[in-house]
Amino acid sequence: MTTTTPVTFERHPDTYRHWRLTVDGEVAWLEMDVDEQGGLVPGYELKLNSYDLGVDIEFYDATQRLRFEHPQVRAVIVTSAKDKVFCAGANIRMLAASPHEWKVNFCKFTNETRNGIEDATEFSGQTYVAAVNGSCAGGGYEIALACEKILLVDDNSSTVALPEVPLLGVLPGTGGLTRVVDKRRVRRDLADVFATRPDGVKGRTAVDWRLVDELVPRVGFREKVLSRAHELAAESDRLPAEQGIELAPLEPSITDDGIEYRHIRVGYDRPNSLVTLTVLGPSGEPELDGWLLRLTRELDDAILRLRTNEPDLGTWVLRTEGDPEAVLAHEEVVLSGKDWLSNEILHYYKRTLKRLDVTSRTLIALIEPGSCFAGSLLELAFAADRQYLLDGPPIDDEDSPERASITLSEANFGVFPMGNGLSRLESRFYGDDDHLTWLARERDRPLSAAEAVELGLVTDAPDDLDWEDEIRIALEGRASLSPDALTGMEANHRFVGPETLETKIFGRLTAWQNWIFTRPNASGPEGALRRYGTGQKAVFDRKRV
Amino acid sequence: MPEKIDYDAKIPNNVHLADDRRLQRALEGWQPKFMNWWGEMGPTLETEGVYLRTAVSVGRDGWAHFDHVNVPDYRWGIFLAEREPDRRIAFGEHAGEPVWQQVPGEYRADLQRLIVIQGDTEPASVEQQRLLGLTAPSLYDLRNLFQVNVEEGRHLWAMVYLLHAYFGREGRDEAEGLLLRNSGSPDAPRILGAFNEETADWLAFYMFTYFTDRDGKYQLGTLKESSFDPLSRTCEFMLKEEAHHMMVGTTGVDRVVQRSAELIREHDTYDIASHGGIPLDLIQRYLNFHYTVSLDLFGSETSTNAANYYTAGLKGRWQETRRKDDHKLTDDSRLLDRPREDGTWTSEELQAILLLNLDLRGEYTADCQTGVNRWNKILADAGIDFRFALPHPGFNREVGINSGHHVTPDGSIVDEATWEAARHKWLPTAEDLTFVRSLMHPVYERGKIASWVAPPRQGINGKPFDYEYVYLT
Repeated sequence: MTTTTPVTFERHPDTYRHWRLTVDGEVAWLEMDVDEQGGLVPGYELKLNSYDLGVDIEFYDATQRLRFEHPQVRAVIVTSAKDKVFCAGANIRMLAASPHEWKVNFCKFTNETRNGIEDATEFSGQTYVAAVNGSCAGGGYEIALACEKILLVDDNSSTVALPEVPLLGVLPGTGGLTRVVDKRRVRRDLADVFATRPDGVKGRTAVDWRLVDELVPRVGFREKVLSRAHELAAESDRLPAEQGIELAPLEPSITDDGIEYRHIRVGYDRPNSLVTLTVLGPSGEPELDGWLLRLTRELDDAILRLRTNEPDLGTWVLRTEGDPEAVLAHEEVVLSGKDWLSNEILHYYKRTLKRLDVTSRTLIALIEPGSCFAGSLLELAFAADRQYLLDGPPIDDEDSPERASITLSEANFGVFPMGNGLSRLESRFYGDDDHLTWLARERDRPLSAAEAVELGLVTDAPDDLDWEDEIRIALEGRASLSPDALTGMEANHRFVGPETLETKIFGRLTAWQNWIFTRPNASGPEGALRRYGTGQKAVFDRKRV
Repeated sequence: MPEKIDYDAKIPNNVHLADDRRLQRALEGWQPKFMNWWGEMGPTLETEGVYLRTAVSVGRDGWAHFDHVNVPDYRWGIFLAEREPDRRIAFGEHAGEPVWQQVPGEYRADLQRLIVIQGDTEPASVEQQRLLGLTAPSLYDLRNLFQVNVEEGRHLWAMVYLLHAYFGREGRDEAEGLLLRNSGSPDAPRILGAFNEETADWLAFYMFTYFTDRDGKYQLGTLKESSFDPLSRTCEFMLKEEAHHMMVGTTGVDRVVQRSAELIREHDTYDIASHGGIPLDLIQRYLNFHYTVSLDLFGSETSTNAANYYTAGLKGRWQETRRKDDHKLTDDSRLLDRPREDGTWTSEELQAILLLNLDLRGEYTADCQTGVNRWNKILADAGIDFRFALPHPGFNREVGINSGHHVTPDGSIVDEATWEAARHKWLPTAEDLTFVRSLMHPVYERGKIASWVAPPRQGINGKPFDYEYVYLT
């Protein structure tokens, strides 16, 4: 399967093909009704509410709009509009036909959407309830697992199942295994039985094993679900708000050479497998729903487009242009806000930075005169694998007195934690509390090249005579290394310290899935993924490795 | 205002030094350290002027200028051979592409390593030879020693230039490191073993300049083929100067053999030690030692590093462009003689690309043989039956497939005890070294020469032997 047209990530409820979003006061219904003929790529039918990337992009759009456009919503019911089937999970024919990087990228995006749902429950007071009104398998159950509560219809036939291992020879890739034992605390022996049973578990046993929270009779199912949602809404700590803000289309300009947004320029250098992503700082007076929100949406969109559509561009160079003072002033408006929107913007920027953290591309931050790596934007540099700061005048104007600097602010000290629960500075200086204390004293003022080096905040600070050569050689050298080894190395270096649900999903689970996807037992001509639905049995290489 | 430095006058060059701020700054940091190093590690003997050749351009005629120079004022310069505008990569996977004028990021580490290793050998020989000025057999020889030393110094500059101009801050650090390591230093020795050996006497000096500098010639020859054009051009020009060092070695050994032959004839005995000459078997032992130590410099016979360098286009073969094959070598094979535990030799067929060090060593050995033939001709002309010979390549080796085996000079594999018992017949003994050293009395009178060596047939730059090549203090 190859895509000919680039994938886009902006959607609107008016044009959803696969979902229905209904808001009724403090409760929203998000009903899955997948259009069988609506696959993102030709070659498969999306039967039984199975999903592909296109379905999930709409799902993601809905979760974002619920947070920004519907601040009054305190509980979200995820259910199916089809009879007797909740969701059959990721479409198998799509997976079987997809190239490796597409499968992996798809898993990554769906995971990020599921994590976003949990983030909404935890930090936005929008609690998700899965109303499982029919059979629920694989990725379908993983959608349910992302919700705070799982209600299963008690019809004596509907099941929840993770049949990937027995049927497909792969893993439940959207956090399924991890959430079963870590989040729902299913006993590991029962989890083992569950995850190896192709038919899954129904009714009372599902409750006893903690796979679901409650059984709900078929008759009066929707009413019961709604009342549960209202109960959860009543417990919500969502900050009060009358009116949301509209997430208007971004309308970027797309060319063969890159993407231009209002605050972001993305440029491609294909011969060198390079993307330059330049963030433009704010202008004008700080507004709450101004620059930072718009920038975050653009950054989110840019990351997703690049990840999906440009797998060959393996190194992203992160730059900024603008006034660091203005960045801090704009950021301050959001940081000091105690309202729902400030909260949403901060968490959205946090999730977007996390998306950067788990992006399997080399990230290099270039800090040059005229850049504005301050506070929240400095987090971009800390998300990068290396940071280079130009110690000297701008390259094209050697008489200029302008010098590059970086500025730490409150934003760098815990506002935007990574998936491991630590700030990027805590991750950078893991276990070195004295150093973090020192850094905290150096906040809110521009740090020169020499100071940035001394404080360990940049990898290197070449001067104007060396700059171009050093950067060229670093980037060229990078491009010559094995992309697979780099992916593995970067993912290991980026996440120090404690394991969390997220680090386990993106690290452990994804790594295993990656490996399993490329093995003949899954993807070979006689592998389970290929033979699924053909009536033929998969042939396994029986050696355990 | 600081005084403006006239770089071109101070440092002769053809790399536009006067316009290159980065290079100027790098050299301004490095040059005083170089002068300190020269003061501490350079020739011990002070002079008021040495008749030296200074490279002043790269043109076909008149690239060198001769004059008496106070050695510390020697103008070490930076010269690259002229650029061939359409030069193409001659081998490896990039064959046919234009050569590189910049270091490709992909090969930065490898290229830097190659240049550092080459660079590390250049000041090493200066350090090894620093005491020799005190015992020179003639003013002519003393002058040659200084010439070799300042040119090794300039070759260091050549490598430092590459590090400074193309490798950024790391390159500057490595350039400084070249001055921080010292030959034989227990803390920071030179990178390659042979460059930590002593050159204690003038016979050793002639042997060194014949055998070990000749290794340098072949290494430079492979780097001259490099796809990184500045390295290629630098090495091409270095080879021009290197030829003189070979001449010092070749004619130096010639003159010792010549003198020994005269003494043998005169006294009708091979035992000329008591007559102030160096016996032929002792010369053979020196030859055995310096030849085998130099073989070690070629590295292991099989080398995946060398293969990788070749495939990447970093380092070619000797006279790569004259070779008639596919210049990729992945489909060719060659034979490698390997010693076996049972004392026999076996021949193994391997991919040619894995045997590049052996290929280069083969070229080197053939070249070394011409010197041996030349010295034997002197003996034949004198009616003396003794003949010199290069020992078997497995003899006395610390590096490669023969290390750990005990191979005699004629190629027999013996046990350790047998080998050790005969060692004194093959390699210089402590007595040999003491004896040669006992002959090393300085002769600084114009036109005079020590007892153990014949005067040269020709002087330098058309000057006679009795020219005052060195003004002593």
